[in-house]
Amino acid sequence: MPTLTYREALNEALAEEMERDDKVFLMGEEVGEYNGAYKVSKGLLEKFGPKRVIDSPISETGFTGLGIGAAMYGLRPVIEYMTWSFSLVAYDQIINNAAQVRYMSGGQFSIPLVLRGSSGGGLQVGATHSHTPENWYANVPALTVITPAFPADAKGLLKSAIRSNNPVCFIENEKLYGYKDEVPEGEHLTPIGKARVVTEGSDFTIVSNSGSVHRALNVVKTLEAQGIRAELIDLRTIKPLDFETIAASVSKTNRLLIVEENKPFAGWGAQVAYEVQKELFDDLDAPVHRVTSLDVPQPYNGRLEQAVLPNEERILATVKELLA
Amino acid sequence: MRAADPDVKSSKNQQIPRLPEQTPQEKIALYRTMLLIRRFEEKSKQAFTQGKIKGFCHLYNGQEAVAVGTISVLNEDDAVITAYRDHGHALARGVDPNACMAELFGKITGCSRGKGGSMHFFDAKKHFYGGHGIVGGQIPLGTGIAFAQKYLDTNRVTLAYMGDGAINQGAVHEAMNLAALWKLPIIYIIENNEWSMGTSISRSSAGDPLTKRAGAFDMAAIQANGMDLDDVRAKTFEAVSLARTESQPTLMEIKTYRYFGHSMSDPGNYRKKEEIEERRKGDPIELYKARLIEGKIATAESLEAIDAEVTEIAQESYDFAEKSAEPEIETVFEDIFAPEDQIFEFRPEPRY
Ligand SMILES: Cc1ncc(C[n+]2csc(CCOP(=O)(O)OP(=O)(O)O)c2C)c(N)n1
Repeated sequence: MPTLTYREALNEALAEEMERDDKVFLMGEEVGEYNGAYKVSKGLLEKFGPKRVIDSPISETGFTGLGIGAAMYGLRPVIEYMTWSFSLVAYDQIINNAAQVRYMSGGQFSIPLVLRGSSGGGLQVGATHSHTPENWYANVPALTVITPAFPADAKGLLKSAIRSNNPVCFIENEKLYGYKDEVPEGEHLTPIGKARVVTEGSDFTIVSNSGSVHRALNVVKTLEAQGIRAELIDLRTIKPLDFETIAASVSKTNRLLIVEENKPFAGWGAQVAYEVQKELFDDLDAPVHRVTSLDVPQPYNGRLEQAVLPNEERILATVKELLA
Repeated sequence: MRAADPDVKSSKNQQIPRLPEQTPQEKIALYRTMLLIRRFEEKSKQAFTQGKIKGFCHLYNGQEAVAVGTISVLNEDDAVITAYRDHGHALARGVDPNACMAELFGKITGCSRGKGGSMHFFDAKKHFYGGHGIVGGQIPLGTGIAFAQKYLDTNRVTLAYMGDGAINQGAVHEAMNLAALWKLPIIYIIENNEWSMGTSISRSSAGDPLTKRAGAFDMAAIQANGMDLDDVRAKTFEAVSLARTESQPTLMEIKTYRYFGHSMSDPGNYRKKEEIEERRKGDPIELYKARLIEGKIATAESLEAIDAEVTEIAQESYDFAEKSAEPEIETVFEDIFAPEDQIFEFRPEPRY
């Protein structure tokens, strides 16, 4: 299997799907001539031409709404946000239009739309540029929210998202673009709504997503050396939530730690914790524990930002509490 | 007021006050501020390359005459708000270079206590309402500041800056309509450096010149040559006078050019070296320097001395930033909520 970066895997998915279906087009700021602010769309303009790889002005409301309209008319737009932080400019379009038009029209229109771009903190770009918005969008009925953590899933999930007949928020992680791993060639479709068990273990379960999976993975390795075996689950899709995979693991390990980069109040982990206590109350040997970002805006200073993020130190300390 | 386009309405006021004559000292001071910005940005560039500045860092080199020229016609209590390319505006507004550099270094002595970084400079005392990271997001804010200035009968005005790319955000158009409708004392300043990141103006913006966009709102509009400090001053003075005396907004388009990449992370491959070299020949600081010398306002030697002085200030700011303390970890929980004084305090410290 070839080894690709997360960025290259996304690029491959876009290229393959554009090749496969000429209704698919890519639109966003700097996606064409500049090859993408993070180079995800590298070479696509050359391959598919300016009709299908479209550089837009800085008008997120406009081009998001345009994408939704084009989807209503039967195209399959992929709209790139330079980062999801900028999707906030288009929040109304995403929530009131992309997510509601099908329902409001009594099922007459479908919105086969992918909204995608980078997200996440840790790069010292300050409060306006560091959002982790999966919980905001997961709160909206009819939106699918995907957050891949590994290159193979980045490719497989993006291909599935583009083929979905529904609006998908595909939230990449800026810190992972350079991450390398094996990626299946050609037709590789990862099912939406299925979590993946990354490491098997019996002492406790960690449920995580996106960049936090890698933080958790480091902690799992540290603990392994101490003879503690954690089962790490990468949700991959936030919504729909794969509760089955979580339940199977928690009923085996009886302890759950959630690690997410969302701010704590109504982060997706709060929903997981609710469902676990409701369905698996008798299986639990300890309260569900959770490590999130701190409930403060993102500071620029590097030490402060590391303190705000769900860092390995806080994860380890919480594991101690969970296992005590 | 001059209109850049026949469609654009001019002010009907015949009695626009004239830009007061400057003393030689005042002229030299403006030269000094432009050069301070240039030398400060050279230090920023160096510090970024050394890894002392992180994140995004957008340099102002080439555009100095815009911030310095426009702000030079303001009173000290007028308001300034801009986007993320904010170092020049902050310095022109008189924000302490040490506090600016310390902010870039993320130190507690920074103008935003190390919390904002390059894109988010603030200084309330200097009526500098920030550095804003979301393209176009500052324009409604500037409009609100102008609204408050009028509401409170301050007779003050607001300058709200944006790039040529920002003009395509819906928020900008909504704000301009409000300002025209409600006659707010604001000057919207487009710093047209011809590029928004790697996108040239012709690929991003329909309608030339950009001042035409004021026409739809019956708003006064004017263009200025951003490489010529005196032209910037003269045009801004007209707009500021219109805002102050008639409480009318203006859209200004100031033609300028940025010398470096969009930010320090941008190699800038979309522009030819020759294009940049050519544009550097019209350097605003060199142009003004020649004018000062020709007009016998200053000698080459005295201007050299100024260069040495501001180079030293830039170096001092670097040393100051370097020596300054990192913020304590606890400060992460500070500055979230303003203390209450009209109701009982109801917010505990963040708990999570
Ligand atoms: C809403 C939003 N979209 C995209 C960006 C990313 N971005 C930052 S600056 C920039 C280009 C802006 O160009 P322009 O307005 O011309 O200003 P200049 O950088 O030339 O000063 C872009 C696309 C952003 N910060 N905010």
